[in-house]
Amino acid sequence: MRLSTDQLILWQHGFFKLNATIVYTWGLMFVLAMGSKLITRRLAPGVSISRWQCVLEIIVINMKKQIEEVGLRRPERYLGFVGTLFLFIAMANLFTIFPGYEPPTGSLSTTTALAISVFVAVPFYGIRERGWGGYLKSYLEPTVIMLPFNIMGEFSRTLALAVRLFGNMMSGTMILGILFIVTPFIFPTVMNALGLLTGMVQAYIFSILALVYIAAATGTGSSKTDNTTKDKIWTT
Amino acid sequence: MDDITIIAAASIISAGITMGIGAMGPGLGQGRAVAGALSALAQQPDASSTITRTLFVGLAMIESMAIYCFVISMILIFANPFWNHVITQAAGK
Repeated sequence: MRLSTDQLILWQHGFFKLNATIVYTWGLMFVLAMGSKLITRRLAPGVSISRWQCVLEIIVINMKKQIEEVGLRRPERYLGFVGTLFLFIAMANLFTIFPGYEPPTGSLSTTTALAISVFVAVPFYGIRERGWGGYLKSYLEPTVIMLPFNIMGEFSRTLALAVRLFGNMMSGTMILGILFIVTPFIFPTVMNALGLLTGMVQAYIFSILALVYIAAATGTGSSKTDNTTKDKIWTT
Repeated sequence: MDDITIIAAASIISAGITMGIGAMGPGLGQGRAVAGALSALAQQPDASSTITRTLFVGLAMIESMAIYCFVISMILIFANPFWNHVITQAAGK
């Protein structure tokens, strides 16, 4: 039994291998890029819009709303990065309804790549928002003693992001494979439906966690002024 | 018993124990988290979106413990490094 899609090699020439992960990722990139290109080619500003534009607007508006709810004030800045993460993972997990497809997120290489991009993006946004001094000072909060733990946390949460997504997706495929051996008819379908739900939840969680990390680095996430104003609203 | 048998028995048993104990703790934790979120929802239905988002993030954090255990038990069964080591040593003899 294969543990990940990396071990399924579709084409090989010398030392140059094309495994299933790479091929499916390329396919997803193609579908996402061509889909958005085709939809945004004819955007209408009026009341009557095409149904695909409506779908895209719903997705983008809801993403912006979620980003604002986490506490980031200018969602347009983060929409490109976090939105792409969400769309890629969600599509990768949704496509499991097609037979023969295996999610590229079920391979540790893909999830590590995604987690590393979050690892790079967090200091990038942090420095852009607060400057070098402000960002580096956030490592010394609340006291200087916490510095090694803050640095360790930076690495461990990247590892956790990668392994969480990989484990969830791999376990879905693995359980399906085992069920096909034990009860080959109806029950795997039920588990597949459950896998679709887990896939969406994992995509949501991955992007929300990336957002929370970015919000913590930019210092806008849960600042004290925000909390006090919220408390005032609740008490009144 | 030769080396391969010992490693096989040890990894199968420890994979089972890993999964069993690793599911227990997160199960208790998730139960407590959902119970807390439900009572919070009953008290303040207006804050449902915030509660749900925080609940999902928290559940993912708790669940990742179980997922780590699952990954380790899968590694023990399907991609055991000690197993490969012993087999290459036996082949080298």
